[in-house]
Amino acid sequence: MRMTGAGFRSSALAAFLLALALIAIVAPVRAAEFPALTGRVVDTAGMIDPATEAELTAKLAAFEQKSSDQIVVATIDSLDGEAIEPYANRLFRAWKLGQAGENNGILLLVAKNDRRMRIEVGYGLEGTLTDLHSKLIIENTMVPAFRAGDFSGGINRAVDDIIMVAEGNGAELQARAERNQPSQDSGFDWFVVIFVVLWATIFFGGFAMAILPRIYGRKIAPGRYTWLGMNFDFRNKGGSGSSSSGGWSSGRSSGGWSSGGGGFSGGGGSSGGGGSSGSW
Amino acid sequence: MRASTFPAFSRSRLWPAVVLLMLAPLLSACGYNTIPTAEENAKAAWSEVLNQYQRRADLIPNLVETVKGYASHEKEVLEGVVEARAKATQVTVTPETLSDPNAFKAFQDNQAQLTGALSRLLAVVENYPDLKANQNFLALQAQLEGTENRIAVARRDYIGAVRDYNLTLRTFPSVIWAKLWFTDAQPFQNFTVEQDKMDAPKVEFGTRSGG
Repeated sequence: MRMTGAGFRSSALAAFLLALALIAIVAPVRAAEFPALTGRVVDTAGMIDPATEAELTAKLAAFEQKSSDQIVVATIDSLDGEAIEPYANRLFRAWKLGQAGENNGILLLVAKNDRRMRIEVGYGLEGTLTDLHSKLIIENTMVPAFRAGDFSGGINRAVDDIIMVAEGNGAELQARAERNQPSQDSGFDWFVVIFVVLWATIFFGGFAMAILPRIYGRKIAPGRYTWLGMNFDFRNKGGSGSSSSGGWSSGRSSGGWSSGGGGFSGGGGSSGGGGSSGSW
Repeated sequence: MRASTFPAFSRSRLWPAVVLLMLAPLLSACGYNTIPTAEENAKAAWSEVLNQYQRRADLIPNLVETVKGYASHEKEVLEGVVEARAKATQVTVTPETLSDPNAFKAFQDNQAQLTGALSRLLAVVENYPDLKANQNFLALQAQLEGTENRIAVARRDYIGAVRDYNLTLRTFPSVIWAKLWFTDAQPFQNFTVEQDKMDAPKVEFGTRSGG
């Protein structure tokens, strides 16, 4: 008896250790050490000076306010041997840059030790910020500045260029911004109000008709009341006052309130590998 | 009298149908939808792969024309690209291609050949500074690079989608449906590892400092 108990315990322990080992083996496959999306400028490699970083953050926030396009600047120390294109794409998708359904995000990624940079463009902006535009911004704006060691200036001017190109099509820009207005308060939803009022009348009206005559009405016979000029008969089911209030609930789904303010997060966009990369 | 027997008769017929009808939505909870959903996802991912390969094929005539203007005597390389493109585009891709190993391999081989021919062309171009400075060529080059990268992304998405689909055909809750109901559902072919590691044409842009 003791032997089997010990045997069971040791085998359970072995299974547990095996499971741990399996987790240890499997986990690193999926674990890509992405930096956290702490803001519009994620300067992990410390390439941007604080003044420029503040300026960039303000500029990018203002641009998102105007156009709903999410532009994020990220610097990392090393790609750990991976090519910058797949890394940028995975990072873009992990951060979900751009509005959901619009996919209007742009990621400017710089890998310091690999001396590589990439502009990754979301699906929705591929037509606006084309591969050629990204290539020209990298080659003509970023590379010369980076070669001169001016990382902050190069990134700052590249962001200016990106915004300029993204703004290029004014009509489209405005339409996109209007499509993605964050929670308009002006549009008072009359449909919902009318629906709720109707529903409440039917729902609570049923209760009222069943209960109130008994309380406020005048009893004229056992189980029969008269109230507000109407006769109510509660003796058998299906009488006039007792509308059987059905048990369906309203279709209003609660929840879905996104917390206003607070930290910056991606809007749910995705990228299919648009954009361009370069090296300095 | 008649009124009481008639409903009883009809009720005995009706009840199983009603119960079945009410249970139908529950099917989705026990995995009936898993296989068709995964299959459609994989097919959508495949469409994106095809789409990007088509985009590459569309870029090539323009590219060849532009290169011809500067390097007309690189006949062999140019013809190699044109031939590979013709071969890659004449393969008809049907839905059955996805579950047919041979057809899938033929498609993959043809596209790989085109990739190889293109990278030879872009290597040759390195010897022509005038061509490299041509604005039209620069634009084509940027587009080609972008397309190669989109192909890589689309292939990666396809690999993931097919893995999900094939898993539903072989893993526990959904395998029951695969055996009972979706008996004609075949696993899809996936890109092989060697194919996926094949590099996109390396395009050095102007400078060769990176090595």
